[in-house]
Amino acid sequence: MNRIPLSFRVKQALRLCVAILITLVFLFPVYWLAMNSFKTADEIYSSPPVWWPASLQLNNYLVLFKDGDAISVFNSLLVASVSTLLAMTLGTLCAYSLARFKTGGDHLSNWIISQRMVPPIAVVFPIFLLYVFFGWVDTYIGMILLYTAFNLPYVIWMMRGYIQDIPRSLEEAALIDGCSPWQVFYKVVLPMCKGGLLATAIFTFIFSWNEFLFALVLTRTEVTTFTVQVTHYFGGQSNFWTKIAAMSVLGTLPVFIAVVFMQRYLVRGISMGAVKG
Amino acid sequence: MTPALLVLLLVAVFPLVYLVLVSFQGITMTNNSSEFVGLINYRAILNDHRLWGAVGHTLIFLTIALPLELIIGLFMAQLFLNQLPGRQIMIGLLVLPVVVAPIVAGAIWSLMFDNRYGPINQVIGWIVGHDMPILWTIRPELVYPAILIAEVWQWTPFMFLLLLAALANVDKSQLEAAAIDGASYWRIFFLIVLPSIWPVMAIALLIRLLDLFRLFDVVWTLTRGGPGTMTETISIFTYNQGFRQFETSYTAAVALLIVVMLSAVLMWALKRVGLSR
Repeated sequence: MNRIPLSFRVKQALRLCVAILITLVFLFPVYWLAMNSFKTADEIYSSPPVWWPASLQLNNYLVLFKDGDAISVFNSLLVASVSTLLAMTLGTLCAYSLARFKTGGDHLSNWIISQRMVPPIAVVFPIFLLYVFFGWVDTYIGMILLYTAFNLPYVIWMMRGYIQDIPRSLEEAALIDGCSPWQVFYKVVLPMCKGGLLATAIFTFIFSWNEFLFALVLTRTEVTTFTVQVTHYFGGQSNFWTKIAAMSVLGTLPVFIAVVFMQRYLVRGISMGAVKG
Repeated sequence: MTPALLVLLLVAVFPLVYLVLVSFQGITMTNNSSEFVGLINYRAILNDHRLWGAVGHTLIFLTIALPLELIIGLFMAQLFLNQLPGRQIMIGLLVLPVVVAPIVAGAIWSLMFDNRYGPINQVIGWIVGHDMPILWTIRPELVYPAILIAEVWQWTPFMFLLLLAALANVDKSQLEAAAIDGASYWRIFFLIVLPSIWPVMAIALLIRLLDLFRLFDVVWTLTRGGPGTMTETISIFTYNQGFRQFETSYTAAVALLIVVMLSAVLMWALKRVGLSR
């Protein structure tokens, strides 16, 4: 009697159908965006809409590169990667100190993470005026410093968690063997939390990459990031759908690639370390 | 440690001090004098119907989107909890909306909701049998559903991922024991499953609560707060005050109000949720 009962199999099949249906519903909008980026203008501006373009032509992308709009993707790339590098360096050092030397106790850690939760709109205004004063509006250095600061709490918080997961005895053993505290940090601690470092870096990158409000306020024409560029194509009367679709896809590809490599750390990353998956 | 803290102090403490200072002055677009005017700006807040309207809109988005995301996310987590063919692939695909830039999510849904070139009206047209050029982002009774659909689409997978991780950690032996004792599905859910996933659920809710509180990007692409000021959120209102109407001092007062409101919620919630370990 080891046959699986029929009712169970029917139930499984039903579950599978619902699961596939839900996945399709959530995926369809992404498909629609990607597919629209390959349409010709005639196909996009046709009513009723076409669900599959006649050919996968790349003209919409070529136009972005020809007009120089694609530079915004480069701007995003530069700003996001340099600020990620800076935030990771400063943040990991700070996290190590918080995790191992109990600097400032729990209060300091809590204060740091609470900074992450301040809504950007509350601070963007004074920061804008500060930037006008320094002449940092619409400059790479301004955007890089801003995103570094903006992501520091997240990096510190996540790395503190990853470092706390490392057994302390390893570091003590290294100290006894004659390592200096610095050597312990980069010969024992850093290699031990390699995965966490990479995951945190990728999330930091994604946050900067996707950010909009600060970029809207603090850029004009020189360092326009891709999110701001997308909104430029929305007009009062009509929207440039071909450009919106192509630019959005360009701006989603790096994130998509990052996530494919990140599956294992995803849940811990988006739950701010609350769920250790 | 120190460099990270310095950066944080600069971006966290400077804006607050500055806000307090400016909010007691009378700086507007036409009046640049830094004379102190006392509580005038704060009195104006009390009588500003547009501001309290924006607070109301934000609360509407919050109270509808949050439960929807929770319930759909929980349902999906239950659905995907046990083995299914292609389960990992489907979960991987469902992650996509979470990491897409909110601006892109807004662009996607403006494409979807477009009255003539969007697939949603087309499908509705198929169902009712004739063309339905519904103006989703313009008709007052439809803008809220449109924005909420975009928001729920993007963030339900977030809930889903966290809850899935939490459900996977529920003690199986307890569930089996309860099932053998003849406990009903809902009894098991409320007495065993829910208490066990609550810590994660609470953090997921908290993160989403804070995100919805600052809701900006999706509304910006879909309606810019319109029609009129119907969908203006706190963030969009503040942006308009500060960067469109240049009510410098008033904006500072509003921004401070936001910080105070949020800090109150946060302090209460952090104690409850125990995000700090």
